[in-house]
Amino acid sequence: MFDMIYDALIAPFTEFEFMRRALAAVIALALGGAPIGVFLMLRRMSLVGDAMAHAILPGAAIGFLVSGLNLFAMTFGGLVAGFSVALLAGLVSRVTEIKEDASLATFYLVSLALGVTIVSMRGTNIDLLHVLFGNILAMDDQTLLVIAFNATITLIALAVIYRPLVIECVDPLYLRTVSRAGAPAHLAFLALVVINLVNGFHALGTLLAVGLMVLPAGIARFWSRDITGMIGIAVLSAAISGYCGLVLSFLTKVPSGPAIILVAAAIYIVSVLFGNVGGIVRQMFPGRHLEA
Amino acid sequence: MTAQLTFRDLTLGYDRHPAVHHLSGAIASGALLALVGPNGAGKSTLLRGIVGILKPLGGAIDRAGLGVRDIAYLPQTADIDRTFPISVFDFTATGLWRTTGLFGGLGKAHTKRITQALGAVGLNGFENRGIGTLSGGQMQRMLFARVLLQDTRVIVLDEPFNAIDAKTTADLMLLIQRWHHEGRTVVAALHDMDLVRTQFPQTLLLARGAVAWGRTVDVLTLDNLGIARKMCEAFDDGASPCAADVPHTRAA
Repeated sequence: MFDMIYDALIAPFTEFEFMRRALAAVIALALGGAPIGVFLMLRRMSLVGDAMAHAILPGAAIGFLVSGLNLFAMTFGGLVAGFSVALLAGLVSRVTEIKEDASLATFYLVSLALGVTIVSMRGTNIDLLHVLFGNILAMDDQTLLVIAFNATITLIALAVIYRPLVIECVDPLYLRTVSRAGAPAHLAFLALVVINLVNGFHALGTLLAVGLMVLPAGIARFWSRDITGMIGIAVLSAAISGYCGLVLSFLTKVPSGPAIILVAAAIYIVSVLFGNVGGIVRQMFPGRHLEA
Repeated sequence: MTAQLTFRDLTLGYDRHPAVHHLSGAIASGALLALVGPNGAGKSTLLRGIVGILKPLGGAIDRAGLGVRDIAYLPQTADIDRTFPISVFDFTATGLWRTTGLFGGLGKAHTKRITQALGAVGLNGFENRGIGTLSGGQMQRMLFARVLLQDTRVIVLDEPFNAIDAKTTADLMLLIQRWHHEGRTVVAALHDMDLVRTQFPQTLLLARGAVAWGRTVDVLTLDNLGIARKMCEAFDDGASPCAADVPHTRAA
């Protein structure tokens, strides 16, 4: 009995190095991406994050075109493409009345089409699959380091801009009257979104890159009323999804990226139903009302 | 009398259309001034100009050495995301921004001040509630607590008692009187004439320009209110450039 559990849950990671690397990568993704996801959700920017994930693709694809499946070329290309879109969209929405999501929607379709075209020009269908769905089971040292580095940067930067970011979410006009930090904090936040999307891109591919940001944030909303609690729960549920997803894909041959997202989705469904903050069951059976 | 805020031929507006037109005058340091006028008279616009959110189309505002960030501002429709998961305590604590800035921690002294401010507005025991659970009146009390913590020389309130019941209004009015006695300059846009008559020594009756400005009893006469009511609210899309500005442009 215990042997079976051990074989299923622990042995894959003790026996195979690629599984350990994948686990390390997914935990780094959880630490960096989940807190960003929480802010994306609170700012109602989840879909913006998704659109930006696709905006990264042409940049990464051009990197691929120039130097094949080279980590740094693709990272650099992705960062440049992502930053330009994020900054342009951010600036346009700050300077004009246009909302960010409007322009981003068009942009992401174009980016996706462009990216797939560029990859197809040189690569095979396998390369295309790699770009679209990532390859978390083939983490080399460099990729792992890039992901860990990006996650570290994210946590440090988030700590620096945390206060203005929170106030900008809850009362932007007030922040404008007490500080000039609002715009820089917003732009820094968009930069962090891009960095974590590039992270997600390496592990989960362009189509699922936001998965470990958006889903854990949604899960957290059903379990905490407090932003600190939300961030903790989001990180935890992202890490658990990552671990369970890897085990699932190891046992069943489901591709690892989709497996991770599917586990997160399962947790999400459970949270929607049974979460103690606004979960459906809780709403249907709220218990007797209180005295005061 | 030293002036805290001086308007010099001030024009404020949107898309070149003036909402406050050629306003000149001064608000004395320590004044308790009510800003009254019909809807569209430019009250909110003037307040937005005072706190620097709106740049003048013409003329200038002299704040007597104060920066725009030394003025506490309570907007009419606070653009607050009430679904955001933040507690009353944390929200109110943002009033200490000038002391703590980006990174400063909240020490025991700060915590005490925050608790006192919440006590002063009658929100004891609400510290750990989420802001989404507050009623309209409680929300306004919390915003006043934040203004209290901002501890600024000048306080600007835009219709602070809209949709607020008599009890809350009375409580918060006491707070305004306290600020007045502490020598702070308070400017409040208001609609309740009885409140203005009983509580505010000074009044500016605004209808794009100043209809009357001075002691409340002298300003709030039937004649003056009648004049203010007749002013035109709508933007005229075909309006030509203001003639009064032309000499200025030439001089510049």
